[in-house]
Amino acid sequence: MPDETLDLPVLQRVLEHHRNTPGALLPILHAIQAGTGYVPDAAVPEIAHALNLSQAEVRGVISFYHDFRSTPPARHTLRLCRAESCQSRGAEALAAQLREQLGLDDHGTSADGALSLRPVYCLGACACSPALELDGQVHARLTPERLRALVEGCLQEVKPC
Amino acid sequence: MLTLSIPCDSVARAVGADQLAQALTDEAARRQLPVQVQRTSSRGLYWLEPLLELDTAEGRLGFGPASAEDVPSLLDALAADPSQHPLALGPVEQIPYLKTQQRLLFARAGITRPLSLDDYRTHGGFEGLAKAALMDGADVVAAVLESGLRGRGGAAFPAGIKWRTVRDAPAAQKYVVCNADEGDSGTFADRMLMEGDPFLLIEGMIIAGLAVGASKGYIYVRSEYPDAVRALNEAVLLAREAGYLDVTGSGVAFDLEVRVGAGAYICGEETALLESLEGKRGIVRAKPPLPALQGLFGQPTLVHNVLTLASVPIILAKGAAFYRDFGMGRSLGTLPFQLAGNIRYGGLVERGFGLTLRELVEDYGGGTASGRPLKAAQIGGPLGAWVPPSQFDTPLDYEAFAALGAMIGHGGVVVADDTLDMAGMARFAMQFCAEESCGKCTPCRIGSTRGVEVIERLIASTDPAYREDQANLLRDLCDTLQYGSLCAMGGMTAYPVASALKHFPADFGLASPEAAR
Repeated sequence: MPDETLDLPVLQRVLEHHRNTPGALLPILHAIQAGTGYVPDAAVPEIAHALNLSQAEVRGVISFYHDFRSTPPARHTLRLCRAESCQSRGAEALAAQLREQLGLDDHGTSADGALSLRPVYCLGACACSPALELDGQVHARLTPERLRALVEGCLQEVKPC
Repeated sequence: MLTLSIPCDSVARAVGADQLAQALTDEAARRQLPVQVQRTSSRGLYWLEPLLELDTAEGRLGFGPASAEDVPSLLDALAADPSQHPLALGPVEQIPYLKTQQRLLFARAGITRPLSLDDYRTHGGFEGLAKAALMDGADVVAAVLESGLRGRGGAAFPAGIKWRTVRDAPAAQKYVVCNADEGDSGTFADRMLMEGDPFLLIEGMIIAGLAVGASKGYIYVRSEYPDAVRALNEAVLLAREAGYLDVTGSGVAFDLEVRVGAGAYICGEETALLESLEGKRGIVRAKPPLPALQGLFGQPTLVHNVLTLASVPIILAKGAAFYRDFGMGRSLGTLPFQLAGNIRYGGLVERGFGLTLRELVEDYGGGTASGRPLKAAQIGGPLGAWVPPSQFDTPLDYEAFAALGAMIGHGGVVVADDTLDMAGMARFAMQFCAEESCGKCTPCRIGSTRGVEVIERLIASTDPAYREDQANLLRDLCDTLQYGSLCAMGGMTAYPVASALKHFPADFGLASPEAAR
């Protein structure tokens, strides 16, 4: 079970750090996700208790925001910008290329857990569209060849388990 | 010693600025050349990024767009005759795109190192705060009112009136909140400013805190801008260490905290943003009560966009009269316009209000990047109208655009050539609203989904009469969204849809503009 990976001391440290932070839920969720890669379900009761919220309120916040994940992420996350500026420079053709190359839909994850796709709406690189973000790094003036190379880089890399 | 500048702006980095900087350092070391590479903000001339600048007695000389592969030839040229290099642009400040701008907010762009307090102070930083600290808060508010500054986030509400409301509200705790959730596609001025000149925003917020009597400020930045978050966090630390967050003599301590959003577009709406800051889902609040009276944690709160707050230091430093000399009509001061999409010279153009859209798109932007005919430009983000070239002579002025059924919003301009399908863009606008709606009001929550369906039926049909029916239904739906939604998310989703339908009926398979009426 993924929840066994939850590092409870990390959680307790995060909660303690934000004990006096007003409106602390988003900073807490970000901190847990930064440390663990996702927000494990086992953390929800602890967070709810610490903030005097119901578990439903905490879960509601986790599911409302696109950024929070309840399951571990793939090794790489590729977010292709699909907003107007990038669309005017061929983003939809790049998205189709990605789906074809990977056999995945817009929110899919490859079977080996190497790569997740997620659409994003604007990375602020609109003067150099089209753009994507791969593992936190933005790449702009994207071409079909460059996109293919970036994806191949993610898939070919051999990672020790 | 050669001093070279390369931007550390995230988009310059996205097109290879880091690799250029590294290659320059390595190659200079290999040649045992004394070279200093400093990382500055970006000029905003993005088609030239990565832009390398060389310090000379006559000012900075530009080379761009430069890549790591150009480094050997660049270093050869720099040692001999820099002007002979194929990428040489001459003195950067003489490039017409930059020279003809009126840079007030972006006066330091491309010149200073973002996290250098010395650079900031050397180039006019904290002069506004120094003046404000000696003034009565009411006089600061009066200066903002007199400057004619209006909210730059989109609604264009007079800033000074908001400041007066918050100042006059009796409360033990008040807040200043910066809405840095710049989620509108085609806009990047906030990002550039936060990454490139974070002390300017901080200075504006401290002045606002002093003027309205707020002791705590929050900057809510979207998570898609990690470089801006890093720059702001470091800048807040540096400003605090240097004593700027405890303004001497004012008796008011002002503290500042950077908060990171979590990928919800709706949190750019001010009341949803306040909910999010409180740790809740980003659900829009009904107004009234106004956030100025009951905002964050129920307390009086001054909520402004990045550019609004960043306009304040110059108003204080140079006077309200100086600022209001720029612009036209009731749109005073400057706006950093952002040229994006299918445009040859994409970048940031800060000018006083009143230039025409054509000047912006054709003179600055050079037309489409593809070289194909211009079809339309979307002004003001995903909730802005698509404007056809026949209306490009409209001056960029809040009122003139409102009269067209469009809006200037945050000043983003996304250009499209004739290959972009406007029916597809209308469908996208509805789809985007359906994804990002907070779900509180029915027109936005349900109307957007119905909108997608109507557009799909319209496009799929081959029966002209049925298409006309669906087009009428879509116009009705746009009215419902526009007048029945709780906030601008649903209310303005009608703009891109209705404008696409009005100006580009052929893309929807409708006969002609006349038949479409």
